[in-house]
Parts: sequence; structure tokens; C-alpha cells
Amino acid sequence: MTLMKSLLGAAASLALTAGAALADPAIVFDLGGKFDKSFNEAAFNGAKKWAEETGGSYREIEMQSEAQREQALRRLAETGSNPVVMTGFAFGSVLGEVAPDYPDTDFVIIDMVVDQPNVTSVVFTEHEGSYLVGYMAAQASKNNTVGFIGGMDIPLIRRFACGYAQGAKAANPDTKVIANMTGTTPAAWNDPVKGGELTKAQISQGADVVYAAAGGTGVGVLQAAADAGALSIGVDSNQNGMHPGKVLTSMMKRVDVAVYDAFTAGTEQPGGVKVLNLAAEGVGYAMDENNAELVSADMQATVDAIAAKIIDGEITVHDYMSDESCPALNF
Amino acid sequence: MQAMPKWADIVLIPLINLLLAFLISGLVILAIGEDPVEAVSLMIDGALGSSYGWGFTLYYATNFIFTGLAVAVAFHAALFNIGGEGQAALGGLGVALVCLMLPWPHWTIALVAASFGAALFGALWAIVPAYLQAKRGSHIVITTIMFNFIAASLLNYVLVNLLRPAGQMDPASAKFPEPTHLPTISDILNGIGIPFAERTPANVTLIIALLACVAVYFLIWRTRFGYQLRAFGKSEQAAQYAGISSVKIIMITMAISGGLAGLMAINNVMGEAERLVLNSVEGAGFIGIAVALMGRSHPFGVLLASILFGFLYQGGAELALWTSIPRDLVIVIQALVILFTGALDGMVRAPVERMFLSFKKREG
Repeated sequence: MTLMKSLLGAAASLALTAGAALADPAIVFDLGGKFDKSFNEAAFNGAKKWAEETGGSYREIEMQSEAQREQALRRLAETGSNPVVMTGFAFGSVLGEVAPDYPDTDFVIIDMVVDQPNVTSVVFTEHEGSYLVGYMAAQASKNNTVGFIGGMDIPLIRRFACGYAQGAKAANPDTKVIANMTGTTPAAWNDPVKGGELTKAQISQGADVVYAAAGGTGVGVLQAAADAGALSIGVDSNQNGMHPGKVLTSMMKRVDVAVYDAFTAGTEQPGGVKVLNLAAEGVGYAMDENNAELVSADMQATVDAIAAKIIDGEITVHDYMSDESCPALNF
Repeated sequence: MQAMPKWADIVLIPLINLLLAFLISGLVILAIGEDPVEAVSLMIDGALGSSYGWGFTLYYATNFIFTGLAVAVAFHAALFNIGGEGQAALGGLGVALVCLMLPWPHWTIALVAASFGAALFGALWAIVPAYLQAKRGSHIVITTIMFNFIAASLLNYVLVNLLRPAGQMDPASAKFPEPTHLPTISDILNGIGIPFAERTPANVTLIIALLACVAVYFLIWRTRFGYQLRAFGKSEQAAQYAGISSVKIIMITMAISGGLAGLMAINNVMGEAERLVLNSVEGAGFIGIAVALMGRSHPFGVLLASILFGFLYQGGAELALWTSIPRDLVIVIQALVILFTGALDGMVRAPVERMFLSFKKREG
């Protein structure tokens, strides 16, 4: 038994060291899960694209609870994964402690800024992308009422809501914006039932376009809107195809590009803060055959013009996180 | 009198149960197209093959010792405390308040105070269902499990609205100050010259857990209260006839049980995370039930069962990391272990007893 055990153990550790020597990249998905059709899935698509193009392999861990984050990061760094990419602001405080312990490992965090020499922080200007879809929502709304459903109530999601409201008001100052958050804990990222209920409530208040910025919860929002004959707006990934003809557009947040770039850069990470804004095509709105009938050529031209103005600096979209207040929306 | 020797009862039967559970787990792994031998060797190597693995295995085991003892103490009084999850969560709140509210000069003093805070909060959370059982007859199984949900909601509220520092998006408390950080097992062992992998979460709480095992042993088998507790557990009517107050037994037993569950928080909140996060208990309260069942409600059995479950937890994490076997499969393995050691115990016991009897006959 003992001999067998040590033999097996030796074989296993050989296999482990062989894997570690290649320094495969690794990705950690936050709560909500890899297949949330939104934020985490975008990250997964980026990793998958890298693996398909390069034939390389990568490690991945899905978080099951809040308490696992530190162990997951340490385990990956300890076993030689490099770079280690993580999705979500919630890793911020943990990474701040873990990163100094592994100076030879490159970490990439999405949606949060961590100030360490071996950490590359990737953030997006979600308010700019949300402004565009807000503009489109107000144009498409017949009742002059648009809805917003956020996931967890945090400044990051309020930034989405604030940009959306500004865009809607810019298109039509009379537009009423109804905003709701699903919850105050990470469970709010994966609660499609509550998302659906909030959507029905907003539709009964007159909203006919509902924007979901809620990770996996958004699946319920899009479903409820489609069932009630209202339009919805997806987030992070291109969700137009989930209910063809019922989803006005999706606010694309190119998490997939961020992950793909991080994996491609390998151990040559730039470090510092990388801002993926409208100009860098980090955010934008999605057009494909599923929503071609919903967005007229006229509407698209207007939105493209607005986008150009934001890139030029002619329009500045207020960022909620800069001063924790929003001119267009009260929370 | 006894069909089989004591060692067979304590060692042989759990071992056979365990082997059966692993055998079926192996078949499940085979069925999803993975190699069970490789999986088991990965688990063993990842959890027990290095001091790094041991650091995690012992950390999880420490959690399970506390929750296992909590369930075991209540078992002896025929009370089924399923509320370990909530009591441990509240214990975490007690630890966080102690560590954050007062400036502590040294970890030893902070540890004593935090242990007190953890036990107090855990005990208070268990006393409410105990009172409802003792005075109102509300069944303790129902009330303790419902209190788990109340505890989770309470912690949500406290972390989101009260303990979260300004400007932080993640619902977690602030980091505890430096002097409250507990030394890890590797700090202690490396300090006396024994090499042990650094950055593992097992910490000085393990020693407290072992002391708790000894204390529970003395409480149950060597004190007057322990005798009353066991008498009450065997027959409530007989105990009342002998002049034992059932209200007193229920209240005190549940307070001790809740206190032990709460003490778990000094391991995971103070020793590992060094801040209070959501869901810090990670299901350890429920694992405690399995641990107590498997350990036959004896502190030494609880210790061994805790190490086994620590191994399953850590080995399972390794499995999820290095193979395409999903982490959920580890829950299947744990469930099989619980099924065989707890529910299907009689299935193995009867044939083993018969085997021993036939041996005896041949000798006689």
C-alpha cells in the first residue's frame, strides 16, 4: 500500500512538474460561472480563441464561493501558471496580498485596478458603451420609458446605469429611466428568476426597452422581456442571438479581447493600467443579423456619429465612479 | 454479549464503508470517462503528498473538528444540531468585531478574546432554537436549519451595510490589523527547524481544536454534567425521573454545541482570510454532521473523520484543478462516504458481525 502510494504519488508529481515547466496561462472565473452567457463567458471565449489559434493549453478555475479566491490564486501561482488572469473586481483585495508573494508571476485583473508591479489591470469605460445603447433604447422606445436592471449594487454597475441614463436623456430629454438592482451580494450575478421578476415590474411601469447589466441574471431579464413583447439589451457578450428579433442590441464589453491579449502577451505583460475605451474598441454595441430589423440604418448612423463624438471628446460621458454621483439618474 | 471486538466496531467497519464508497466513486469517475486510479493518486498526492498539501488538509480538518464536535456534543443529548453553518457564520462576526473594534497588542491576547467572541456569538445563535425546543417544543432540527438562513441574511446585511469599508465594492470587512494575525503551522515548525511549506493556511488554531477534542471528552465522560447529558440523551423520561432538568440540559448542551461551531471562525476568519467575507463557512457546518456520524460522536473519531474530510476537500480541489473532473464530483464522493458511513452502516455491520460470530463458534 505504502509503496504503491509513493509510486503513484511520484508519477503524479512528475506529471505536475512537466505541466508547470511550460508555464501555461490560467484563468479564474468569478461567481456566476463560466457559462453565464455574459461577463465570464466572454472571458472564456477569449481563452478558447487563444487555445484554438495557438494550440496551447490553459488552466481554469470557477469560483464556487467567496472564500476560495485566495487559495485559487495561490495554487495557480504556486504551480507555475503564468500569466494568471482573473475576471471581476472582487479579486482586487485578495490579489493585492497575493501578488507580492509571487514576484515572478504576472497577474492580470479585469474590472479592477491593483497597484502592484507584477499586476496588469484592465478596465473598461462601460459608461461610454452604455451611453450608446441608452441612446438607442430611447430611440426605440415608444412609451418614452426605458428600464435598467443591474446585478449587484456596486459603483461599477451604477457606472453602467449612469451612462445608460445619460444616453437615453440625450436622445430624448423626456425619457423616463427606471433602474433596479438585483441584490447587494454576489448572488445577484446569477439570479435569473429575480431578474425576470424585476423586468416584469418595469414593463408594467411602462418600460418597453430593458437593459440588463447583471451577468447570469440577465438571462432572465432577456427572457421576460421577450415573453412580454418588449425589447431588451444584452451586456458584455453579444446576446442578440438569444432571442432573435427581440434583443435590440448588446453593450459589448470586450472581455474576450482582454483575455486573449493577456494570454498572447504571455509572460511579457505590460503592467500598469490598461483602459479599453470606445476608441480602443473595448466597448461598443453589437450589430448582427438577429437585430438588423430592429435597428434602422438611420438609427445606426446617428449612434455611430455619437460614438465618433465621444471618441473625439466632443461629448463627455459622466463616469459615476469618478465622484459617486450621477446627473441623469438617482439611485 | 458483544458480537465483535471493539476494534472491529471502531476501525474495521468505517474502513469497509469507506472502501465501498471509494469503489463506487471510482465507478462514477470511470463512467464519465476519466481514469479513477489517476484521480485517486492525484487526490492523495495533492492532499497528503507534500507539506504544502498537508497545510491545506489540516486547515480544512481544523474547521471540521470544531463543527464535528459541535454536532457530536448535541448528539449525546439526542439533539440534532443542523445549525452549525449559521453558528459558525455568527462566530465569524464575533471574531471580526473583536479584531476590528479594539487595538490588540499581541496575537495571543487577541486569540483569547477572539475565541471568546466566536464562542459567545455561536452559543447565542444556538440558544434561541434551544429555548424554543426546551420551552415551546419547536423541533430543534427545523429551527436550527432555519436559523442558518437567518444567519446568512444577517451577515449579508452586516457586511454590505455596516462592516464594508468606504469605497470597497466587495462585501467584506476591512482587513484585520497586523497584531491579530495568527502564526501558521509553517511559522511554528520552521521556527523550530522542521521544514514545512509556507503560505499554507493551517494555523495555530489546530492546537486549539485538539484541545477542544480533549475538553469534549472530559466533559462528556468525566463530569457530572456529561453524565446527565448522556442520561438525557438515552431517555428523556428516565432523566427527568432522576431529577435532571431537561430545560437546563437542552440549553447548556446547545450553548456548548453552538460555541464549538462558532469557534471554527478563529480558524477560517482570523487564521486564514484575516477579514470577514461572505459565505466564509463554505459548508463546514454541514460537513460537521457527517464527521460526527462517522466519528461515532467520539472526539477521537471526530478527529480522524475530520482529517479524512479535510483530505477529501483538498484532494477534490486538486482534482478540479488538474483534471477535467468537475469539482462537483467531489461532492458525489463526499455524499457516498456519508451514505455508507451514516445511512448504510447496518448493511456492512450485519455481515461483519456474522463473520465474527462464526469465528467465535469455531474457536468455542
